[in-house]
Amino acid sequence: MQEPYLLTAHELQAKIGKDEISPSKILESLFKRIGDLDKRIKAFVRLNEECILKIPENKKGKLYGIPVLVKDNICVKDEETTCGSKILKGFKPPYDATVIKRLKDEGAIPIGKANMDEFAFGSSCETSCYGPTKNPWDLERIPGGSSGGSAAAIASDETILALGSDTGGSIRQPASLCGVVGLKPTYGRVSRYGLIAFASSLDQIGPITKDVQDAALMMNTIAGYDEMDSTSVDIAVPDYTRSLTKDIKGLRIGVPKEYFIEGIDKEVESSVKKAVFLLKDLGATIVEISLPHTQYAVSTYYIVAPAEASSNLARFDGVQYGFRFENASDLIDMYIKTRSKGFGNEAKRRILLGTYCLSTGYYDAYYLKAQKVRTKIKEDFDNAFKNCDCIITPTSPTAAFKIGEKMDDPLSMYLSDIFTISANLAGIPAISIPCGFTKGNLPIGLQILAKPFDEETLFRAAYTFEQSTGFHRENPKL
Amino acid sequence: MVSYIKISLSAGRQGVTRVGIDKKIVKSVAFLSRIELDEKELEIYSRQLASIVSYINKLKEIDTKTVPPTSHPMAALKNVFRKDILKKSLELDDVLKNAPSKEGDSFKVPQIIECK
Amino acid sequence: MNTTYETVIGLEVHLQLRTETKVFCGCSTKFGSRPNSQTCPVCLGFPGSLPVLNEKAFLYSIKAALALNCAIQSLVKFDRKNYYYPDLPKNFQISQYDMPLSYNGSLEITSGGDRKRVRIKRIHLEEDAGKLTHPAKASYSLVDFNRAGMPLLEIVTEPDISSPQEAYDYLTALKAILQYLRISDCDMEKGSLRCDANASIRKSGEKKLGVKVEVKNMNSFRWVREALQYEADRQVSLLEAKENIIQETRLWDAGKMATISMRSKEEAQDYRYFPEPDLVPFMVEKTIIEEIRKALPELPEARTNRFVKDYSLSEYDAKILTSQIDLADYFEECAKQYENKKTIANWITCDIMAQMNIKNSGIIELGVLSKNLIGLLEMIDSQEISGKTAKDVLIEMIETKKNAYEIVESKGLLQISDRERIDQIIKNVLSKNGKSVNDYKNGKKNAMTFLVGQVMRQTQGKANPSIVNEILKKHLAE
Repeated sequence: MQEPYLLTAHELQAKIGKDEISPSKILESLFKRIGDLDKRIKAFVRLNEECILKIPENKKGKLYGIPVLVKDNICVKDEETTCGSKILKGFKPPYDATVIKRLKDEGAIPIGKANMDEFAFGSSCETSCYGPTKNPWDLERIPGGSSGGSAAAIASDETILALGSDTGGSIRQPASLCGVVGLKPTYGRVSRYGLIAFASSLDQIGPITKDVQDAALMMNTIAGYDEMDSTSVDIAVPDYTRSLTKDIKGLRIGVPKEYFIEGIDKEVESSVKKAVFLLKDLGATIVEISLPHTQYAVSTYYIVAPAEASSNLARFDGVQYGFRFENASDLIDMYIKTRSKGFGNEAKRRILLGTYCLSTGYYDAYYLKAQKVRTKIKEDFDNAFKNCDCIITPTSPTAAFKIGEKMDDPLSMYLSDIFTISANLAGIPAISIPCGFTKGNLPIGLQILAKPFDEETLFRAAYTFEQSTGFHRENPKL
Repeated sequence: MVSYIKISLSAGRQGVTRVGIDKKIVKSVAFLSRIELDEKELEIYSRQLASIVSYINKLKEIDTKTVPPTSHPMAALKNVFRKDILKKSLELDDVLKNAPSKEGDSFKVPQIIECK
Repeated sequence: MNTTYETVIGLEVHLQLRTETKVFCGCSTKFGSRPNSQTCPVCLGFPGSLPVLNEKAFLYSIKAALALNCAIQSLVKFDRKNYYYPDLPKNFQISQYDMPLSYNGSLEITSGGDRKRVRIKRIHLEEDAGKLTHPAKASYSLVDFNRAGMPLLEIVTEPDISSPQEAYDYLTALKAILQYLRISDCDMEKGSLRCDANASIRKSGEKKLGVKVEVKNMNSFRWVREALQYEADRQVSLLEAKENIIQETRLWDAGKMATISMRSKEEAQDYRYFPEPDLVPFMVEKTIIEEIRKALPELPEARTNRFVKDYSLSEYDAKILTSQIDLADYFEECAKQYENKKTIANWITCDIMAQMNIKNSGIIELGVLSKNLIGLLEMIDSQEISGKTAKDVLIEMIETKKNAYEIVESKGLLQISDRERIDQIIKNVLSKNGKSVNDYKNGKKNAMTFLVGQVMRQTQGKANPSIVNEILKKHLAE
C-alpha cells in the first residue's frame, strides 16, 4: 500500500469511508514523514503530536480524520499562535478562529503551525523569527511567502491539507513556487475572525492543497457567512466539488496584455502561454483583455497594506499578551523597547511606511490617493469581466529565487507580488495551480482570477487544466 | 452616489499635502509607531523607505480628482449589525493567562509618566 | 484698564449608552463588576478579533441626535483613531472622524431668565476605553477592561456658551433630554456622563477667538461651573498682566479648587485617522429616521408647557417637576389620583425634593408610592392630621416604607376634631388659667397663643388647630 502521507484528502476520505485506514494511522505516517524531513524543510514551527490522542468522534464530519496544517497567524484555542514573530512568543489564544472551529466541527485535525513571514510581511518566508523555510524542490531556494510553511509542507507531503492567508499573494505565490494548489477566495467569502490581521481590507484565509479537488473540499467547510465578521458576506455557499467537471467548452478566458511584458522570466512566460493554448484546445475561448492600471497595483498595495498593518499591529505593546521588555523605566519606555525588540526588520519597515502614509500632511498624497487608485484597479476588473468569465496570468514573474537573494532590497521583493496583488485590491477570487517546470526543475504556477463569489469558475477551469496535465502529481526528490 | 457631509474636527490633516521622506521624518514616524532606531538603523530605513516612497509616488501620474476612494472591496456590503443580546464573556483565567504581568484581576503596566 | 472680557466656552459631553451589551461585542455593560470579568477577545482587542456593531447603540445614537435637532448623515462610517495608551486595548479607538453620525444640531436653554440657542456641532458614536488605577505610592498602574468597548456618544457644541453658569444650564438641560430618551443613566458618579470643556476669553466685542484651553476632570456639573469660572479668572489675570495664555490641557483639582496644567508630551498628537476596514458603512434610510423621530418621547420643554396648561401650575413649578423624567412621571401619576394639582406640586417640589436632596436619591429610590403620597394628602383634607404632622409622617413613610394611615394609626397621631371633646379640654384649660383669660380680656392678645399652646399640650398636639381657635375665641368672647 502507498504511504498515507502521499495521498490527498479526497483519496484518504475514500479509504476512511471503507475502513481501510484510520485517522491515527494517517497521523502516525505523517509524524514519521515530518520527523524525517522537517529538519531540512522547516515548514513547521510547532507540531502538535498530542492531537493523535484527541481524534474527533464525529465520523460523519466532511473532513473526518484529515490532518490540517495551520498557518501561524490563525488562532487555534490554547495552541501557541505567534505569526512568526518574537513579539507574540507564548501567546495562546483563548479562542478558535472561525475557520478552525468549522474544520474541527467537520472532524479535521489541526496538527500544528506552519512557518510564515513575520506577520505575513514577505514573499519568501525569510522574515520569520524562526528562520526561513526551504523550498522542497531546491533547499537553497525560498518556498515563497508569506504562507511558505504551508506550501512547503504540502509539496513535501508533510501534511494533507494546509491553511494559508493571502493579503497580496501570500497563498498563491508560495503555492506557485512549491508546485501546489493555492486559492485566495473572494473577500468576504471566508470569515477572517481569528486571523491575526495584516491588512484588514485585503486579508483572506484560503486552502493550500495537493490538488484542486482538495481545495474545493476545504472550501466547502471553511466558506460562508460568519456573524463574528462584519465583512463576511451572507451569500449561500455552493458545493464546490460540483464544479470539478472536465468541461470548459464555451468558457471565455481573458489574457491581460499588461501581464506579459518585460521583467517576466522567459520560462514562466512560455509555460503560461502553453497553458493558454492548452485551455483553448480544451474548448475555451481566449480573448485579449486590458487591465490598464496594473502598473499602479504594487504602489497602491504598498500604501494600503502597510497603513492598515501599522494600525493593526499597534496592539502588540506588551500589556496583555506576548513579549514584554522587562525593566522598562516607564510605560512609554516599555512600549518602545517591547516593540523595537519584538518586531523584526521587515515588520518595522512596514509599520514605519504605513504610519508615514497615514500621518498628518501625507494622508491625502498617499493613503487617500491609493484608495482612489484602488477604485480604478477594481473598475479595470469590472470592465474586463464584461468580456470574459475568468482571467489567466502567471502567478509569479519568476520561479523560486535563492534564499537571501532579495533580503537587502525590499523594493525588488515587493515587485515579486506584481501579479497577485490586484486580486486583493479588487477583492476577487484567484487560484494558483502548477503549470510546468523550469529547466532547473523548479515549479511554475498559473493564476486564474474570476468575478467576486465565482470560485466555481476557478475550480472548473483549474480542475480541467490539472486533470489534462498532471503537473500536480510531480513530487520533489527529497 | 450617496451624498454626505464632511465635518472637519480641527485644523490638521486638511490643507497641506506633503510628499517625500527623510531621516527627520523617519525619526518622528518611528516615535509615533513606538519604535526606536539607532543611528545605523535610521540610516538604512531612511534609505530604503526613500526608495519605496519614490516608487509609490508613481501614483501621482493618475488623475483621481473625481474618483471616489475604495476602503472596502465589497462596496455593496452595508449595515451589518448584531442584536443587543448578551454573550458569555471569557473566563477571567483566560483573560489574564497570557498577561506578562498582572495583579489581582488586573493587567499591570509600568508607571505612566506624562512629562517627557 | 478696565477692559471687560467675555468667556467663550465649548463643551464636549461623553455619554455611555444604556445598552445590554457593548458596542462591538456581546459583553455586558453592567457597572461595578469584578475587574476584567466582562471582557472577550473583541473588547480586549485580542489578535484576530473583529468588531460587529450593536444595532441598538446605533439607533439610540440617532434618537439622541434627533432630540438635539441634528441632521443625520445618510452614509455613516467609522474610523480608527490611533494613539498609544494602556487603557486602549488595540491602541486605536473605533470612532468617527469626518463623517460623524450627525451634525448641525441645537439645544435651546434658559439661563438667567434669557433664552439661548447653543449649537451642537456634531454627535458621534465611539467605543469607550478601559479604566486605569494607580495604587497609592506604587510605581505601576492597573488596567481593567470592563469599560472598554462600552458604547459612547460624543456630543460637541460650537463655542456658543458665554459663561460658566450657562455651561451649567446647558448641561442640566442636556441631561434632562438624554434622560427623557431613556438611552443612558446619565450618572456622573458612575462615569456614564462625562464632560470636558474648552474655554477662552476675548475682549468684549472682539470677533477673534482667544487661545483655547481644554479643561478636564470635572465630575459634576457644579465642578464644571467652578472650573470654568476659575479658568476664566485665570486667563483674564494673565492678559491683564500682559502674559501669554498657553494652549494646553488643564485638569480641575477639586481639592485645590483650581485647574492644574497637565504638562503634555512634546510631540503634537497625530491620530492618523483612517476608515475602519473591519466595519462596513452604514446607510441610514429616511424611513428609519422618520420612524425614530415619530417615536421620540415628549421632551422636557414640551412637558413643561403642558404641565402649565393642563394642571394650571406655575411655570416655575412645572420646570422643576419636568427637570427629571422620573419626577415628572411621578407627578402625573399623583395627578391622576388627586384633584388639587397645585397641592401635589407643592409637596413634591418642597418636602419630597428636600428628602431627595438629603438622601441623594431619585424619586424612585425614595420609595414613596404615588398612592401613599395621595393617602397622606387625603388625611390632611379630612382633617385626620394637621399639615405639620403630615410633614413628620412623610419622613416616617420614607424611613419605614409604610403608608400614612399605618403610621398615623400606630403612633396615635390622629387629629382630634371632635368638637365636644375639644370644648371640654378648653373649658378645663380656661379654668386653670384665669390670669391669662383676664390678660386677654384686658387686651393682651398674645395670651391667646399661650392658651392655644396649653390646649395643644393637653392633646399632645393632636387637636385640630382651627377648631381649637374657633371654640377658644367663642369662650373668650363670653
